Amino acid sequence: MRDFAYALAERVEDAFAANGGDVFAIAGGTELLNWMRLGIAAPATLVDIGRLDSLRTIRRTGDMLEIGALATLNEVGQHAAVREHARALSQACLAAASPQIRNRATIGGNLLQKTRCAYFRAEAPLPWGCNKREPGSGCAARDGLNERHAIFGWTDQCVATMPSDPAVALAALDAEVELHGPGSIRRLPVRDLHLCQEEAAALAGDRADAAATVETRLTPGEIIVRYLVPVTSARSAYVKVRERASYEYALVSAAVTIAVEGNRIARASIMLGSVAQKPWPLSTETIIGLPPERAALLPALRQCLADARPLEHNRYKVAMAAGAAMRALVEAGDLA
Amino acid sequence: MTVGIATPRVEAPLKVTGAAKYAADIYPPNTLYGVLVGSPLAAGKLLAVEADEARALPGVVRILFAQDLPHIGKLEAPAAVTRMPMQDDVIEWEGQPVAIVLAESIEAAEQAASRIRVRIEPHAPDTPGRGRLERPPETFYKPQESKGSISEGLAAADTIIRESYFQPTRNHNPMETSAAVAAWDGDRLTLWDATQMTLNPLQVMAAAFGIPVENVRIISPHTGGGFGCKGFVWPHEILAAAAARVTGRPVRLQLSRAQQYSMVGHQAECRQTVTLGATRDGKLTAVRHEAINTCAISDTQFEAPAAASRSYYASPNIETDQQIERIHLICSTPMRAPIEGPGSWALESAMDELARALEMDPLDLRLANFAEAAPFDGKPWSSNKLREAYAEASEVYGWRSRHERPRQDGIWRIGHGMSTASTFCARMVGKARVRVRADGVTVEASANDIGTGNQTVFALVAAETLGISPDRVTIQWGDSEFPPAGPVYGSSQTMGMGSAVQHAAQDARRKLQLYGATEEGPLDLPELLRRANVAEIEGDGSFELPGGRSFNGSGTPYAMQSWGANFVEVGVDPDLGLVRLRRVVARYSAGRIINPLTARSQMIGSIIWEWGKATMEASIVEPTHGRFLAKNLSNVAIPVNADIPADIDVGFIDEYDEYASPIGARGIGELGATGVAAAIANAIYDAVGARVREVPILPAHILAGLSAA
Amino acid sequence: MLPRLGAAASRVTIALTVNGKPVSADVEARTTILDFLRDRLGLTGIKKGCNEGACGTCTLLIDGQRMNGCLALAVQCDGRDLTTIEGLADGDRLHPVQEAFIRCDAFQCGYCTPGQILSAVACIDEGHAGSEAEVREWMSGNICRCAAYPQITAAVLESTARMER
Repeated sequence: MRDFAYALAERVEDAFAANGGDVFAIAGGTELLNWMRLGIAAPATLVDIGRLDSLRTIRRTGDMLEIGALATLNEVGQHAAVREHARALSQACLAAASPQIRNRATIGGNLLQKTRCAYFRAEAPLPWGCNKREPGSGCAARDGLNERHAIFGWTDQCVATMPSDPAVALAALDAEVELHGPGSIRRLPVRDLHLCQEEAAALAGDRADAAATVETRLTPGEIIVRYLVPVTSARSAYVKVRERASYEYALVSAAVTIAVEGNRIARASIMLGSVAQKPWPLSTETIIGLPPERAALLPALRQCLADARPLEHNRYKVAMAAGAAMRALVEAGDLA
Repeated sequence: MTVGIATPRVEAPLKVTGAAKYAADIYPPNTLYGVLVGSPLAAGKLLAVEADEARALPGVVRILFAQDLPHIGKLEAPAAVTRMPMQDDVIEWEGQPVAIVLAESIEAAEQAASRIRVRIEPHAPDTPGRGRLERPPETFYKPQESKGSISEGLAAADTIIRESYFQPTRNHNPMETSAAVAAWDGDRLTLWDATQMTLNPLQVMAAAFGIPVENVRIISPHTGGGFGCKGFVWPHEILAAAAARVTGRPVRLQLSRAQQYSMVGHQAECRQTVTLGATRDGKLTAVRHEAINTCAISDTQFEAPAAASRSYYASPNIETDQQIERIHLICSTPMRAPIEGPGSWALESAMDELARALEMDPLDLRLANFAEAAPFDGKPWSSNKLREAYAEASEVYGWRSRHERPRQDGIWRIGHGMSTASTFCARMVGKARVRVRADGVTVEASANDIGTGNQTVFALVAAETLGISPDRVTIQWGDSEFPPAGPVYGSSQTMGMGSAVQHAAQDARRKLQLYGATEEGPLDLPELLRRANVAEIEGDGSFELPGGRSFNGSGTPYAMQSWGANFVEVGVDPDLGLVRLRRVVARYSAGRIINPLTARSQMIGSIIWEWGKATMEASIVEPTHGRFLAKNLSNVAIPVNADIPADIDVGFIDEYDEYASPIGARGIGELGATGVAAAIANAIYDAVGARVREVPILPAHILAGLSAA
Repeated sequence: MLPRLGAAASRVTIALTVNGKPVSADVEARTTILDFLRDRLGLTGIKKGCNEGACGTCTLLIDGQRMNGCLALAVQCDGRDLTTIEGLADGDRLHPVQEAFIRCDAFQCGYCTPGQILSAVACIDEGHAGSEAEVREWMSGNICRCAAYPQITAAVLESTARMER
């Protein structure tokens, strides 16, 4: 790691100095330190926001669950109100990483983590093309070993997925994220926080070379301060599919909310994880009115995935995503 | 009676308190932190190493290039890489060391290393599938061997199976990355090293630096896992010593996790084809086992999987055929368990497919082909209780009634699979010394601790021989100043060093008989030493073999092999393609078990090793660039606690092999890591009817297998 | 006192407690607590496994919570109370978890063991040792290549029972 300068933030406003270039904010540091070891980021200054305790609160106020950005994954996952009113979020947090990482990683930082693409996660200097690491150099994964990569929203310039589990749950739960920046406070739906590559390319216009580096709608100096999760009567579930039983990123995942009336699905939302660079929504039109059971759901969900665009080595994700969504609906349905 | 009693590890208090020292825990005064810089490309000619920016960083003391190092010349085994890096401009693998950064802190050294630019004139690397095929030289086996005639055997068969099985490159990934700390005093070198065999770096350092062996001291109190990758001597060990010599300061060097992929060896990729012919009653008429291993450009090592078929089953016609494919990757190295580890993956899968084709119970097929003598040359076994192992394991498992039990548990489809375990018997020489005093006994040997429990074996053997309690025995190990011990690899340590310790203790006991010690039974050491009127009586012992080693009973009238029976229950989730381990029962024929506590842990550890191989592990070589795609633990999966159920039931058939070793033992460290992967694949087939012929068996394979079925 | 914005510094004086003893040192901002404990304080019980938070070998307790030492900067530990493996035993008296690890043979090479033991102490303290399945899941942040997992799980369950009594 380069020799950098450190400063402790005393107020939220101190974090606005973090421009994502020569100044970064550090909270838990469980992602940032690895970026710096690999050469993904090399800031000259770190502003430590990790002791801003006002951003750590989790509480229910009325029909809203407020989750402070600095709450750790274990804190969020084990909080009684989260378990009760945002079950998929609790499950997603506790399925992430390891207990040690969850004691330190914050739910704010977690949604800003970068892809696990092995071509991206190599030590500098990269021997292959990666448009995120070096805009214009190409995408080695596009025609390379892309088992773990996107089946939606990708472009020839980048086929990465975004691996955050809580992001998928928050999106399915229709949560909002509150961003504070120099002179601004705003809220976005979590489902719009991240951009898939197609969206980033559309935004970049003729600066297509840089599109792969655009992953969220955060502007320089903005930080996440809290999430707001609406409290409803719907039930939710998160299913994470991985080849080993724990401490691993998802192959695919699914977060759902469901309301059931008379053993028929009345309302539902489905978000898929690790199939795109953002939580990917599945249309639920065709499952409304179906019983929340495997036999009915699986064919319908497979149909919903008909517009998937798998790469050479990741076709399995289509069937797996249908299976994951089905499991999550059945699980949440059992609780409804 | 101490041998055979479950005994906690002698070194346990050191390990649970953090007092156990590993190589990188040694910090001589004035030590420099060393970080190696490796070639970013797999093949080419080194043009330049640009280090001006790096050299100017604060804390950087020196950066060494090829021209700064003493000439090392061509090395020999036990150096793993005989064409030493940093001696010429030829690049043959990604990660090949090209420079050494030396700094006052690890942070400065790592930062400087990252600022160095290596310029290479690239050549297109030979990658797996695109390398040059060759027949390897003869090592323990000839590359092509046959008994009888395969074509006649196949002609006589009612059923023939011919299938290919794939196993990718895998990395040992011990939790401790390889490390070495080197300090010179004039022409005398002390090297603290992470090694599985003290004598190996001892020999190689002396040869590399042209100094007498007496001038080298290797200290290795604890090694944090090896599994084969710390057996031979790798370039970083020599380079640490060279850097210390050139700078005149001690140098510490611990490989990063990424360098553990590119600077020490891995298990080579294995592509195998097994042909089995059998008559309707299940009797094998032909066994042909072909294998191709990837292999480095300049050094030759391969896992020899085809040789497994020489010893597993009786067959009138057996043929093995081994080839290597030279690629631009660091030289591979043996991995727990070579030969039968990968060989059993193919053979035991093929046997299961044969059983299915014959509509025969897989266990009955094994029993029908039990080898009463060594299949290839007919030598009688030194001792073989495989049939008892099959019987006990299948009974405890409930194998015969397996399909009477529920086939579904919630979403999980249950499957059962079995296989035969078997490993070679490598016997290696070694020496030990025993010092007897009034207050207790000390055993000395240069033996290494990688976690197999060998020190406790020594304590139990010494205590039994001298008729005292094991808690009166202290072990001194891991230092070349002690008598030269055999390696902690090849499952050879207990046979060799257990016997050497017994021999040394017997020598001491004989001397004590002069003072009235009985030949057998308990001894009163204080009284005997008082009568002897000395503070200490020494005994020396050794395990000796004509030619220095014996493989599978070579040099004796007997064939030697160890065996086991594996029974595995898995659950398969057909909608997500997941497979989870539910239960294992295994029984082994492995000679006398000295310490049941540590032996049990060894078998469980090796079964889990096979679970990793079967369901998740692969170090993929990127096909265009010829380097490992991921060189870390975040993109390469190895088993975690949640993968492993408590219900792993292992045990040993009571056995004493008087020919394998004077203490009646054979080897067990690798035996549990054979056959299990095939048993898992066989169980998956039993569960959902999907036959997967490549490991790791990933969810994608199961989903594909299900949609094909 | 840690530097504030406007006075960011690459060399920082930190004060913390390690195994009950106060420690004060000047550190580089980039130094991890893992490297600080080992290279500066000589507490080599904490081991480096992967240096990216993917194995848990470097687990220590920071204010009683288990964390990976390779993912925490020394500066971030200013004012905090750290426990390493060396601080667990009470003189010659081993902690019940240490004793259980010995009895259950819950280690082989021993390299991951300090991290496993501290993780186990925290796992029990967190209330995550209520069943075999729970222990297996909540101890999955510590990889053991020797694969002593069933024995580790048994040691955690056994010491939980003992500590409850």
